[in-house]
Amino acid sequence: MQIAVLSGKGGTGKTTVSTNLAKLINVRYIDCDVEEPNGFIFLKPQDIKSKEVSIPVPYVDEDKCIHCKKCVDICQFNALVHTDRVILFEKLCHGCGACRAVCPTMAIVEKDRPIGKIETGYSDDMECLSGTLNVTEPMAGPIISKLKGMIDDKTTIIDCSPGSSCNVVKPLLGVDYAILVTEPTEFGLHDLKIAVELVRKMKIPFGVIINRMSQEDNATSKYCKDDNINIIGTIPFDRDIAVMYSKGELLIKDEKYKKMFTDIMSNIEEAIGCSL
Amino acid sequence: MQLVIISGKGGTGKTTIAASFAYLSENSIKCDCDVDASNLHIVLGGEDIKSEAYIGAKVAHVDGDKCTLCRACEDMCRYDAIKDGVVDELKCEGCAACTVVCDYDAIKMKDEVTGDTIITKTSKGILSRAQMIVGAEGSGKLVTDVRKNALSYGSKDDMYILDGTPGVGCAVMASVTGCDIALIIVEPSQSGLNDFKRVLSVVEFFEIKPLVCINKYDINEEVTKDISAYCEAKNIDLIGKIPFDTTVEKSINELKPIVLYENSMAAKEIKNIWKKLNDYTK
Ligand code: SF4
Ligand code: SF4
Repeated sequence: MQIAVLSGKGGTGKTTVSTNLAKLINVRYIDCDVEEPNGFIFLKPQDIKSKEVSIPVPYVDEDKCIHCKKCVDICQFNALVHTDRVILFEKLCHGCGACRAVCPTMAIVEKDRPIGKIETGYSDDMECLSGTLNVTEPMAGPIISKLKGMIDDKTTIIDCSPGSSCNVVKPLLGVDYAILVTEPTEFGLHDLKIAVELVRKMKIPFGVIINRMSQEDNATSKYCKDDNINIIGTIPFDRDIAVMYSKGELLIKDEKYKKMFTDIMSNIEEAIGCSL
Repeated sequence: MQLVIISGKGGTGKTTIAASFAYLSENSIKCDCDVDASNLHIVLGGEDIKSEAYIGAKVAHVDGDKCTLCRACEDMCRYDAIKDGVVDELKCEGCAACTVVCDYDAIKMKDEVTGDTIITKTSKGILSRAQMIVGAEGSGKLVTDVRKNALSYGSKDDMYILDGTPGVGCAVMASVTGCDIALIIVEPSQSGLNDFKRVLSVVEFFEIKPLVCINKYDINEEVTKDISAYCEAKNIDLIGKIPFDTTVEKSINELKPIVLYENSMAAKEIKNIWKKLNDYTK
């Protein structure tokens, strides 16, 4: 069972929801927000093991190259140019292998180029995984795919990247249920609609959590009601929560918030029709 | 002069501040680089005067009549995007590797529209922005296009205010390269400090002058002190500390820039920051 937590935009409380829920029911947590992974700050896993993530990039053997430029022509990402020899702009390279496949003289070999890392550790007996993209590396995709490849059927909560681009699609592939975290503001609503469109497009059942709720009737609640979207929980607009968050503390340390997440959990179980 | 407002992560108040600056600087050209979740036009309002389809990606298409199901493409594809002669568009990177190995010429790469670039005329000047199709790829290139569009509405001497992208990946790099000043919005929390350090290295990498402003500084004065100390040690100007202010929430709900609320503490500080910023841009 894979449950993904996402939001149209960052800062809506995605990490708060995913870390607290994972800890509450003691299941595997993976942080796929590789541009800004923050889950470990709250879960504080121990015995962290770190592994480099690389992508294969081409390297041209000058002795074999006949300067046909086929590799340059096939590259869809403009990562190769030919002057008097073939030059690689490595940050543009997606590591797809098209250049190597097209080269008639097998002049292209591939070398691994590190772009980030994956860390694993345990918070008590709970498994935690997190990916980090090296700063100034453009491509998050390979790290996310690698992370997702490391999990099995056991229940896993996936903290996704914000937004709705390809970096969110990757963690969502194969997910059984999605939690959309939003805020009861016009911005929040705008971004929620985008996230809803995405999960519907991918045919993933989902529910919404409204964070920083101060008024019962707001545009977001109304939208969910009108559109038959299941609101599985709300988190109050509360300075205490902001303070706990700023200190890197899990909210379930406090009994009243623990109750809140327990309720959210049972709503999720009801929605997916099985207990976790 | 290009000023980009960024934050390591979304939700730190970037748009609140960008919208205020956009409002305060009558003659500037605005640019919303957050193509994934653009919000600036919601606050600034206005009318769309131009919209163009943006072709941001390619996707493999298999011609079923020609395909013999030899599976050479399946073996080649490193993204697991092609199975039994059917392409999963969500997984396809558009790399064209499959076309190379297909002996039956059954696969063609087709252009894919991944969004629209839009020019909006607001009461405070031109806003260049984009609307990406959900789940689409290539936001970095799209950001570059949105910036180009903005530049076509002004001259070199004009002031450009860019609402940047969160994160540190390709989209944020596209929104900061070539800018003169990056105002980094930081939230005083453990994760905020983390995010700040990561995004600062992007700014330093591109050799852009960083300025820092702490939002909701009084939520955690201890971390605020850490951030100030960090800035001082690195010789970075901390040009403002915005207090936690519930009027900000109100302004978002009423879809007005916070600087329109006379009694707001946050608004006062944002106006101060804007004044200080103008000293750097002279
Ligand atoms: S395809 Fe091979 S031989 Fe042709 S230019 Fe590229 S590396 Fe050289
Ligand atoms: S274009 Fe690349 S990613 Fe798409 S199906 Fe072909 S090999 Fe796979």
